[in-house]
Amino acid sequence: MKDVRGDFPQLKRKINGKRLVYLDSSATSLKPRQVISKEVEYYEMYCANVFRGIYRTSEEASAEFEKARGKVAHFIGASDPAEVVFTRNTTESINLVAQAMKKTDEVVTSIMEHHSNFVPWQQLAELKVWKLGEDGRLDLRELDRLVTPKTKLLAITAVSNVLGTINPIRHICHIVKKINPHCLVLADAAQAVPHMKMNVRDWEADFVAFSSHKMLGPTGVGVLWGKREVLEQLSPYQYGGDMIKEVHIKKTVFADLPHKFEAGTPHIAGVIGLGAAIDYLQVLGMDAIRKHEIEITRYALKALTNLKGISIYGPSDAQDRGGVIAFTMKGTHAHDVAQLLDEDNVCIRAGHHCAMPLHEYLHIPATARASFYVYTTTEDVDALIVGLDKIRKIFA
Amino acid sequence: MDLYREIILDHYKHPRNFGHLDKPDVVMEEGNVTCGDRIVMEIKYKGTIEDIRFNGEGCAISQASASMLTEKVKGMNKKQMRKLSRIDIEEMLGTTLTPSRVKCATLPLEVLQKAMVSLNENYG
Repeated sequence: MKDVRGDFPQLKRKINGKRLVYLDSSATSLKPRQVISKEVEYYEMYCANVFRGIYRTSEEASAEFEKARGKVAHFIGASDPAEVVFTRNTTESINLVAQAMKKTDEVVTSIMEHHSNFVPWQQLAELKVWKLGEDGRLDLRELDRLVTPKTKLLAITAVSNVLGTINPIRHICHIVKKINPHCLVLADAAQAVPHMKMNVRDWEADFVAFSSHKMLGPTGVGVLWGKREVLEQLSPYQYGGDMIKEVHIKKTVFADLPHKFEAGTPHIAGVIGLGAAIDYLQVLGMDAIRKHEIEITRYALKALTNLKGISIYGPSDAQDRGGVIAFTMKGTHAHDVAQLLDEDNVCIRAGHHCAMPLHEYLHIPATARASFYVYTTTEDVDALIVGLDKIRKIFA
Repeated sequence: MDLYREIILDHYKHPRNFGHLDKPDVVMEEGNVTCGDRIVMEIKYKGTIEDIRFNGEGCAISQASASMLTEKVKGMNKKQMRKLSRIDIEEMLGTTLTPSRVKCATLPLEVLQKAMVSLNENYG
């Protein structure tokens, strides 16, 4: 893949004279200037509320906003832009669906979920948990036991934000629908959409949730894609302006999809910025991005394996995982690792990465996590390895 | 490298007063779930701290802070310990704490102060 680092202003930053080594893209990605300037364009050129003004700039803002929705739909292979609902983030997308559950509804989720795809179901429904199989993967045969004619929904991550495991969503949907055609499937694609080509029609899930900020876009924007007929069945998530057709003293008629789920003024600049992020990703090409991440991950897996005292979690082959590696260092807590790496501007994440059930299940208090994206180079990985070697000596 | 000076690493690798006491007057445990840190303090108290042990697990900062704190508070009474704060911990560690590490460093003090409160409850 071509060198894109020049597009990312933050990568030019030096702290204490040293360059920034950003290895926390699973938490949030850096933003290219194309996205930043698109947001600025809205604020400087056609800042107005959407769907309201009968004047030029408001119409421009509305058009740009809806253009972004079309780009999202096209990017994920949705046939209808009305199936694309803008939210604040993946968490809100999932909560939007979860609010429709009743306490007695049976929901299946997996042990490798981010809290955002675990806690809403745990609080609002009756939760069953799919445990880990071999090599950090889920055993699909377990579905026969977990999914029953009673199951309302399966909530499953497409890519684990800790293990990196890529779950075969299409295959999973196929099995689930065979056991129970009425069981809905929600795929948390926060770690998938930014990194690999995907197509919601291929997946055959009923809902797909993801965030703009992990795919080079602005923070504060999430997406919920849902099958039209399923979305139409769901009641609104929030009530207020923008989500109505008519309001009378006694009753309200809700707007059609997707506006029924978009109460209040949305993050207009953010959505338009997400459109620019998608343009940027498409120029690079999702296949090229995936290939680049496999190469970096393979390089990092090998280098980490060669370091003494490092344990790596998740599938052993880079092909089977996203660009994220969680690891522990013998005798050194993950927070100490992260803090010492920070002294050389190497940014990694340490803790449970919003996946406490998984860490509990693996009997580890915390892991350190390095994650990669389009701008990650082998030099970044080298900086991590040099840093880790230094830490090993400090704690030896 | 300010935070990981020799003295802190030394306390982490060779913690003082680590282990258990025979018949302690009070045992208090507290964890920091986000980090997976856990500190247990066992104390013999007769007007002042006569003896103290700690155990548990966690990062270098929480373990070193616990180790140094047990040395510092021997002979102190409740009133003196109540007055201890984050500033004293920073002084003891010889460094200022970054926001994300305050919790690690002050966890042992929290456990100690909770132990003192529970002594109050038990012995009036």
